[in-house]
Amino acid sequence: MVLLTRKIEFSASHRYHNPAFSPEENQRVFGKCNNPHGHGHNYTLEVTVAGEPDPATGMVVDLSDLKKILEQEVMRRMDHRHLNFEVPELAGQIPTCENVARVIWNLLEPKITQGRLHRVRLYESPDLFADCYRNGAGRNAS
Amino acid sequence: MSSTDVAGNIKVELGRRYRFAAAHRLHSLQLSDEENARIYGKCNNPCGHGHNYVVEISVSGEIDPATGMIANLADLDGFAQREVLDPFDHRSLNEEVEAFRTEVPTTENLCIEIFRRMRAFPKAKLERVRVEETSNNSFEYTGDAASDSEAAPQGR
Repeated sequence: MVLLTRKIEFSASHRYHNPAFSPEENQRVFGKCNNPHGHGHNYTLEVTVAGEPDPATGMVVDLSDLKKILEQEVMRRMDHRHLNFEVPELAGQIPTCENVARVIWNLLEPKITQGRLHRVRLYESPDLFADCYRNGAGRNAS
Repeated sequence: MSSTDVAGNIKVELGRRYRFAAAHRLHSLQLSDEENARIYGKCNNPCGHGHNYVVEISVSGEIDPATGMIANLADLDGFAQREVLDPFDHRSLNEEVEAFRTEVPTTENLCIEIFRRMRAFPKAKLERVRVEETSNNSFEYTGDAASDSEAAPQGR
Protein backbone atom coordinates (compact mmCIF):
# COMPACT_ATOMS: atom_id res chain seq x y z
CA MET A 1 0.00 0.00 0.00
CA VAL A 2 1.22 3.49 -0.83
CA LEU A 3 0.00 6.73 0.75
CA LEU A 4 -0.33 9.90 -1.29
CA THR A 5 -0.90 13.26 0.35
CA ARG A 6 -2.20 16.42 -1.26
CA LYS A 7 -2.06 19.74 0.60
CA ILE A 8 -4.32 22.76 0.08
CA GLU A 9 -4.80 25.98 1.99
CA PHE A 10 -7.91 28.00 2.61
CA SER A 11 -8.85 30.95 4.76
CA ALA A 12 -12.05 31.23 6.74
CA SER A 13 -13.60 32.96 9.71
CA HIS A 14 -15.42 31.40 12.62
CA ARG A 15 -16.65 31.91 16.15
CA TYR A 16 -17.10 29.48 19.03
CA HIS A 17 -20.45 30.06 20.68
CA ASN A 18 -23.04 27.69 22.07
CA PRO A 19 -26.49 29.36 22.36
CA ALA A 20 -27.38 26.90 25.11
CA PHE A 21 -24.63 28.36 27.30
CA SER A 22 -24.86 31.60 29.27
CA PRO A 23 -22.62 34.46 28.12
CA GLU A 24 -20.35 33.76 31.08
CA GLU A 25 -20.18 30.06 30.27
CA ASN A 26 -19.38 30.77 26.62
CA GLN A 27 -16.61 33.08 27.72
CA ARG A 28 -15.23 30.61 30.22
CA VAL A 29 -15.24 27.63 27.83
CA PHE A 30 -14.25 29.32 24.60
CA GLY A 31 -12.21 32.32 25.77
CA LYS A 32 -11.20 34.72 23.03
CA CYS A 33 -12.64 32.35 20.41
CA ASN A 34 -16.03 33.57 21.68
CA ASN A 35 -15.44 37.13 20.43
CA PRO A 36 -18.84 38.15 19.00
CA HIS A 37 -17.31 39.48 15.82
CA GLY A 38 -15.47 36.27 15.07
CA HIS A 39 -11.92 35.73 13.92
CA GLY A 40 -10.21 33.70 11.21
CA HIS A 41 -7.42 31.37 10.27
CA ASN A 42 -5.32 30.23 7.36
CA TYR A 43 -6.16 26.55 7.36
CA THR A 44 -3.90 23.93 5.84
CA LEU A 45 -5.54 20.69 4.80
CA GLU A 46 -3.60 17.50 4.12
CA VAL A 47 -5.58 14.74 2.44
CA THR A 48 -3.98 11.30 2.34
CA VAL A 49 -5.23 8.60 -0.03
CA ALA A 50 -4.12 4.98 0.31
CA GLY A 51 -3.93 2.36 -2.40
CA GLU A 52 -1.82 0.31 -4.75
CA PRO A 53 -0.32 2.15 -7.71
CA ASP A 54 -2.25 1.35 -10.91
CA PRO A 55 0.15 -0.75 -13.03
CA ALA A 56 -0.82 1.18 -16.15
CA THR A 57 -0.31 4.70 -14.75
CA GLY A 58 1.85 4.19 -11.68
CA MET A 59 -0.65 6.28 -9.70
CA VAL A 60 -2.57 5.59 -6.51
CA VAL A 61 -5.01 8.31 -7.52
CA ASP A 62 -4.95 10.75 -10.42
CA LEU A 63 -3.84 14.01 -8.78
CA SER A 64 -5.85 16.13 -11.17
CA ASP A 65 -9.00 14.24 -10.12
CA LEU A 66 -8.09 14.70 -6.46
CA LYS A 67 -7.45 18.42 -6.99
CA LYS A 68 -10.88 18.80 -8.59
CA ILE A 69 -12.55 17.00 -5.70
CA LEU A 70 -10.78 19.23 -3.17
CA GLU A 71 -11.70 22.33 -5.14
CA GLN A 72 -15.34 21.28 -5.39
CA GLU A 73 -15.86 19.93 -1.89
CA VAL A 74 -13.58 22.09 0.26
CA MET A 75 -12.38 25.25 -1.49
CA ARG A 76 -15.75 26.26 -2.91
CA ARG A 77 -17.48 25.57 0.38
CA MET A 78 -15.02 27.01 2.85
CA ASP A 79 -12.44 29.32 1.30
CA HIS A 80 -13.06 32.94 2.28
CA ARG A 81 -16.28 31.96 4.05
CA HIS A 82 -17.65 32.27 7.55
CA LEU A 83 -17.81 28.70 8.80
CA ASN A 84 -20.67 29.41 11.22
CA PHE A 85 -23.01 30.90 8.64
CA GLU A 86 -22.02 29.73 5.18
CA VAL A 87 -21.29 26.03 5.46
CA PRO A 88 -24.54 24.08 5.89
CA GLU A 89 -22.69 20.91 6.88
CA LEU A 90 -21.47 22.72 10.01
CA ALA A 91 -24.89 24.07 10.99
CA GLY A 92 -25.58 23.49 14.66
CA GLN A 93 -21.96 22.56 15.39
CA ILE A 94 -19.17 24.58 16.93
CA PRO A 95 -16.69 25.00 14.05
CA THR A 96 -13.70 23.67 15.98
CA CYS A 97 -10.78 22.12 14.18
CA GLU A 98 -12.13 18.67 15.17
CA ASN A 99 -15.59 19.34 13.73
CA VAL A 100 -14.34 20.99 10.52
CA ALA A 101 -11.96 18.08 9.92
CA ARG A 102 -14.79 15.60 10.47
CA VAL A 103 -17.06 17.46 8.06
CA ILE A 104 -14.30 17.47 5.45
CA TRP A 105 -13.82 13.73 5.94
CA ASN A 106 -17.54 13.14 5.41
CA LEU A 107 -17.51 15.28 2.25
CA LEU A 108 -14.44 13.65 0.74
CA GLU A 109 -14.81 10.00 1.58
CA PRO A 110 -17.67 9.21 -0.84
CA LYS A 111 -16.00 11.18 -3.63
CA ILE A 112 -12.69 9.38 -3.51
CA THR A 113 -13.25 6.22 -5.49
CA GLN A 114 -9.72 5.65 -6.73
CA GLY A 115 -7.78 4.41 -3.71
CA ARG A 116 -9.43 5.13 -0.37
CA LEU A 117 -9.32 8.07 1.99
CA HIS A 118 -6.78 7.27 4.70
CA ARG A 119 -6.36 10.47 6.66
CA VAL A 120 -7.60 14.04 6.79
CA ARG A 121 -5.34 16.38 8.72
CA LEU A 122 -6.54 19.95 9.18
CA TYR A 123 -4.19 22.56 10.61
CA GLU A 124 -5.92 25.57 12.13
CA SER A 125 -2.48 26.97 12.91
CA PRO A 126 0.99 25.41 12.71
CA ASP A 127 0.61 24.30 16.34
CA LEU A 128 -2.96 23.00 16.31
CA PHE A 129 -4.44 20.32 14.09
CA ALA A 130 -7.03 17.54 13.96
CA ASP A 131 -6.62 14.13 12.31
CA CYS A 132 -9.47 11.94 11.05
CA TYR A 133 -9.22 8.25 10.28
CA ARG A 134 -11.71 5.51 9.66
CA ASN A 135 -12.19 3.85 13.03
CA GLY A 136 -9.88 0.88 13.43
CA ALA A 137 -7.64 2.15 10.65
CA GLY A 138 -5.85 4.82 12.65
CA ARG A 139 -2.27 5.69 12.14
CA ASN A 140 -1.24 3.37 14.93
CA ALA A 141 -3.16 0.48 13.41
CA SER A 142 -2.04 0.93 9.84
CA MET B 1 -26.96 21.61 20.00
CA SER B 2 -26.21 18.20 18.55
CA SER B 3 -23.50 16.61 16.52
CA THR B 4 -24.59 15.97 12.95
CA ASP B 5 -21.90 13.39 12.30
CA VAL B 6 -23.45 10.72 10.15
CA ALA B 7 -20.48 8.43 10.22
CA GLY B 8 -19.84 7.53 13.83
CA ASN B 9 -17.11 5.24 12.62
CA ILE B 10 -14.63 8.07 12.22
CA LYS B 11 -11.83 8.49 14.70
CA VAL B 12 -10.77 12.08 15.35
CA GLU B 13 -7.55 13.08 17.05
CA LEU B 14 -6.49 16.48 18.28
CA GLY B 15 -2.84 17.40 17.75
CA ARG B 16 -0.96 20.14 19.54
CA ARG B 17 2.64 21.31 19.22
CA TYR B 18 4.73 22.72 22.05
CA ARG B 19 8.32 23.88 22.25
CA PHE B 20 11.01 23.78 24.88
CA ALA B 21 14.77 24.23 24.98
CA ALA B 22 16.97 22.00 27.11
CA ALA B 23 20.49 20.72 27.57
CA HIS B 24 21.51 17.09 27.55
CA ARG B 25 24.48 14.80 27.27
CA LEU B 26 24.36 11.28 25.89
CA HIS B 27 26.41 9.15 28.24
CA SER B 28 25.54 5.64 29.39
CA LEU B 29 26.63 4.49 32.81
CA GLN B 30 26.72 0.97 31.42
CA LEU B 31 29.46 1.79 28.93
CA SER B 32 33.12 2.68 29.29
CA ASP B 33 34.27 6.20 28.54
CA GLU B 34 35.79 4.96 25.28
CA GLU B 35 32.56 3.22 24.26
CA ASN B 36 30.51 6.29 25.13
CA ALA B 37 32.78 8.45 23.01
CA ARG B 38 32.63 5.98 20.13
CA ILE B 39 28.84 5.51 20.19
CA TYR B 40 27.63 9.01 21.00
CA GLY B 41 30.39 11.01 19.33
CA LYS B 42 30.05 14.74 19.92
CA CYS B 43 26.83 14.16 21.88
CA ASN B 44 29.06 12.66 24.58
CA ASN B 45 30.81 16.00 25.17
CA PRO B 46 31.19 16.15 28.99
CA CYS B 47 29.89 19.70 29.17
CA GLY B 48 26.68 18.80 27.33
CA HIS B 49 24.83 20.63 24.57
CA GLY B 50 21.23 21.55 23.89
CA HIS B 51 18.32 21.60 21.46
CA ASN B 52 15.14 23.45 20.70
CA TYR B 53 12.71 20.58 21.02
CA VAL B 54 9.25 20.47 19.45
CA VAL B 55 6.76 18.16 21.14
CA GLU B 56 3.64 17.04 19.29
CA ILE B 57 0.90 15.54 21.44
CA SER B 58 -2.08 13.71 19.89
CA VAL B 59 -5.16 12.81 21.90
CA SER B 60 -8.41 11.16 20.89
CA GLY B 61 -11.92 10.93 22.26
CA GLU B 62 -15.52 11.76 21.55
CA ILE B 63 -16.22 15.26 20.31
CA ASP B 64 -18.42 16.90 22.93
CA PRO B 65 -21.46 18.19 20.98
CA ALA B 66 -21.79 21.17 23.33
CA THR B 67 -18.26 22.44 22.76
CA GLY B 68 -17.17 20.78 19.51
CA MET B 69 -14.03 19.68 21.31
CA ILE B 70 -12.29 16.43 22.15
CA ALA B 71 -10.57 18.28 24.96
CA ASN B 72 -10.49 21.93 25.87
CA LEU B 73 -7.18 23.33 24.67
CA ALA B 74 -6.80 25.33 27.85
CA ASP B 75 -6.88 22.06 29.82
CA LEU B 76 -4.44 20.29 27.49
CA ASP B 77 -2.10 23.28 27.40
CA GLY B 78 -2.19 23.65 31.16
CA PHE B 79 -1.45 19.97 31.71
CA ALA B 80 1.43 19.95 29.22
CA GLN B 81 2.81 23.13 30.74
CA ARG B 82 2.77 21.67 34.23
CA GLU B 83 3.92 18.13 33.43
CA VAL B 84 6.37 18.67 30.59
CA LEU B 85 7.24 22.25 29.70
CA ASP B 86 7.85 23.66 33.18
CA PRO B 87 10.01 20.72 34.28
CA PHE B 88 11.98 20.53 31.00
CA ASP B 89 12.24 24.03 29.54
CA HIS B 90 15.64 25.67 30.07
CA ARG B 91 16.80 22.74 32.17
CA SER B 92 19.46 20.10 31.96
CA LEU B 93 17.60 16.87 31.22
CA ASN B 94 20.41 14.82 32.78
CA GLU B 95 20.61 16.82 35.98
CA GLU B 96 17.07 18.01 36.53
CA VAL B 97 14.73 15.28 35.30
CA GLU B 98 14.65 12.30 37.62
CA ALA B 99 14.23 9.69 34.87
CA PHE B 100 17.43 10.79 33.16
CA ARG B 101 19.64 10.41 36.17
CA THR B 102 19.88 6.78 35.08
CA GLU B 103 18.45 6.64 31.55
CA VAL B 104 20.29 8.21 28.64
CA PRO B 105 18.31 11.28 27.51
CA THR B 106 18.12 10.30 23.86
CA THR B 107 15.06 11.62 22.14
CA GLU B 108 13.72 8.05 22.01
CA ASN B 109 13.77 7.98 25.80
CA LEU B 110 12.48 11.54 25.95
CA CYS B 111 9.42 10.49 23.91
CA ILE B 112 8.75 7.66 26.34
CA GLU B 113 9.15 9.94 29.39
CA ILE B 114 6.82 12.56 27.91
CA PHE B 115 4.33 9.81 27.07
CA ARG B 116 4.45 8.58 30.69
CA ARG B 117 3.71 12.09 31.89
CA MET B 118 1.01 12.99 29.36
CA ARG B 119 -0.75 9.63 29.71
CA ALA B 120 -2.22 10.95 32.96
CA PHE B 121 -4.15 13.68 31.10
CA PRO B 122 -7.66 13.02 32.38
CA LYS B 123 -9.79 14.58 29.62
CA ALA B 124 -8.80 12.50 26.56
CA LYS B 125 -6.84 9.43 25.52
CA LEU B 126 -3.19 9.97 24.70
CA GLU B 127 -2.47 8.46 21.27
CA ARG B 128 1.00 9.56 20.41
CA VAL B 129 4.00 11.67 21.39
CA ARG B 130 6.24 12.91 18.59
CA VAL B 131 9.38 14.88 19.39
CA GLU B 132 11.56 16.80 16.97
CA GLU B 133 15.06 17.09 18.38
CA THR B 134 16.08 19.18 15.40
CA SER B 135 14.23 19.93 12.20
CA ASN B 136 15.90 16.85 10.71
CA ASN B 137 15.37 14.30 13.49
CA SER B 138 12.00 13.28 14.85
CA PHE B 139 10.85 10.42 17.02
CA GLU B 140 7.45 8.97 17.87
CA TYR B 141 6.10 6.81 20.64
CA THR B 142 2.61 5.41 20.78
CA GLY B 143 2.90 3.50 24.02
CA ASP B 144 1.13 0.49 22.59
CA ALA B 145 4.15 -1.70 22.10
CA ALA B 146 5.20 -4.70 24.11
CA SER B 147 8.40 -2.91 24.95
CA ASP B 148 9.66 0.62 25.06
CA SER B 149 11.98 -0.13 22.17
CA GLU B 150 9.13 0.89 19.84
CA ALA B 151 10.14 4.53 19.90
CA ALA B 152 11.20 4.67 16.30
CA PRO B 153 13.74 7.11 14.94
CA GLN B 154 12.81 8.53 11.55
CA GLY B 155 16.35 9.42 10.71
CA ARG B 156 19.43 10.58 12.44
